Amino acid sequence: MTSEAESRPFNAASFYAFLQEGRFMGVRCRENGNIYAEARPIDPISHSRDMEWHEFSGRATLSTFTCISVAPASLEAKGFGRNNPYCTGIVTLEEGPRISARIAGVDASNPQNIRTGMALAIDLTEIDPDEPGLVFRPA
Amino acid sequence: MATTRSRRLARSVSIVGAGLSQFGAYPDKTSRDLFVEAFHDMQENIDTGISAQDIEAGYLGNYSADLFEHQGHTAPIMADWLGMTPTPITRVENACASSGSALREGVMAIASGMYDVVLVGGVEKMTSLPTEGVTDVLASAADGLYEVPAGLTFPGIFGAIAKAHMDRYETNLNHLLKVGVKNHENGKLNPKAQFQVTVRDMMDRRKARAEQRGESIPDWEDELDFLNDARANPWIAWPLRLYDCAPITDGASCVLLVASELANQFTDKPIHIAGIGQATGRPLHDAEELTSLSAAKIASAQAYEMAGIGPEQVGVAEVHDCFTIAEIVASEDLGFFAPGEGPHAVDEGRTARTGDRPINTSGGLKAKGHPVGASGVAQVIEVYKQLRGEAGERQLDNASLEFGLTHNVGGTGGTCVVNVLQRG
Repeated sequence: MTSEAESRPFNAASFYAFLQEGRFMGVRCRENGNIYAEARPIDPISHSRDMEWHEFSGRATLSTFTCISVAPASLEAKGFGRNNPYCTGIVTLEEGPRISARIAGVDASNPQNIRTGMALAIDLTEIDPDEPGLVFRPA
Repeated sequence: MATTRSRRLARSVSIVGAGLSQFGAYPDKTSRDLFVEAFHDMQENIDTGISAQDIEAGYLGNYSADLFEHQGHTAPIMADWLGMTPTPITRVENACASSGSALREGVMAIASGMYDVVLVGGVEKMTSLPTEGVTDVLASAADGLYEVPAGLTFPGIFGAIAKAHMDRYETNLNHLLKVGVKNHENGKLNPKAQFQVTVRDMMDRRKARAEQRGESIPDWEDELDFLNDARANPWIAWPLRLYDCAPITDGASCVLLVASELANQFTDKPIHIAGIGQATGRPLHDAEELTSLSAAKIASAQAYEMAGIGPEQVGVAEVHDCFTIAEIVASEDLGFFAPGEGPHAVDEGRTARTGDRPINTSGGLKAKGHPVGASGVAQVIEVYKQLRGEAGERQLDNASLEFGLTHNVGGTGGTCVVNVLQRG
């Protein structure tokens, strides 16, 4: 990692800037090794402020999910809604932490066919530069 | 650990009066109209009466008049409209647990010795926005940096909890729907409720309307058949359907808190605050479990400890059923049932008015309505009425009731407030 990237502040602006550069970066506590998907400046478990950036592989499994038919305005603008539900949920990263993410590439109209525990990989091509958010799809 | 230290109120606090506005959708009423209505209801229900000028302080739960009505700084407006100025009043915001937390502030203000007579309440005017707008406002109680950008909405987060519960236990879609059926049966008996109808009433109305219009009459056999029909009960956030979600509601609530030694000046039937608890949780993706709200477990442990009772002694409970799954999870977090047993308890009718563990006799948020900032105190009012034997047609056997409990959740467990109330 370049020193410029290393020195970025631990906040959401940095998290989403990394994502748009094609890197899924969380943070790691240097004192006890706890890893977080969110860019936290304080380890909420050890209370240490000695954090460093940690790059994730982008591999994960699906822990739980929902298929949403009443979409918020930002996703309605992308064509989701009553006739085109989307899937979102909680994924567990290969490195341990969980994070919320939209799940692309699954049939959200037939949620009974979507399996928790399935292998996922981050999809960096789906990042919306105006409203960036995490997107995973079946690996 | 800060969460396990034994805590006591420095002096005891009682509820001596309670008022609710009508819950529903009222285009011509603003927050202040709703709160005045609740206050008038309370004045009429206090045996010896109360004047606004006898109140020494106020705490108001309000989630977001800012976004719903473009009105910030709501507490002084309420005080002015009641004629309470210059008495201090403070707004408390903890999403859907705003008035639960406001009540707690009021209790602590009296326990501290600062005041003897305190008004606490809550208000929310929600129907000023269309459903999509309300969804966006409610979503702002989730983490705007890491949950909302993933497309999670409030029903979505509880849908994900429901899916996790279904994966881990024997929970199914009908268990969820039966919570709604039960709560609407109770709501039918609550004259303040937004929906004073059973699910069967709604089903029969739909059939009658189809017949009137000369359309083919749907052949639903029973409530569950009706609720499983996606045309009648569309998906909102699978596995949650429309009738799994609390409605959008305008409403207000308030109670009068006094130092217990003064309670008999107001009523012969005070209800005591036996235990209070409040705890803080993290977003679902950082939660210890996807099938439980840790804040609810901790807040209830605090409240039970202060009251000196266990869950088996709770005779009536109002729990935060913002979604049907939330009632099932609450019934487990509060220790009424073991993890995974909540859905079976619903199936067996144990949480009905006639069961051994009556939950949400008011109709719950589902049928009574959920004006978010008002809900925590509205729950307290139902338990107050049950303990005093004033719950009308939905009254439980009052002679056997000593303790009641309320469970008020903000967000997806970021905040949980639990109170144990005791008959005086």
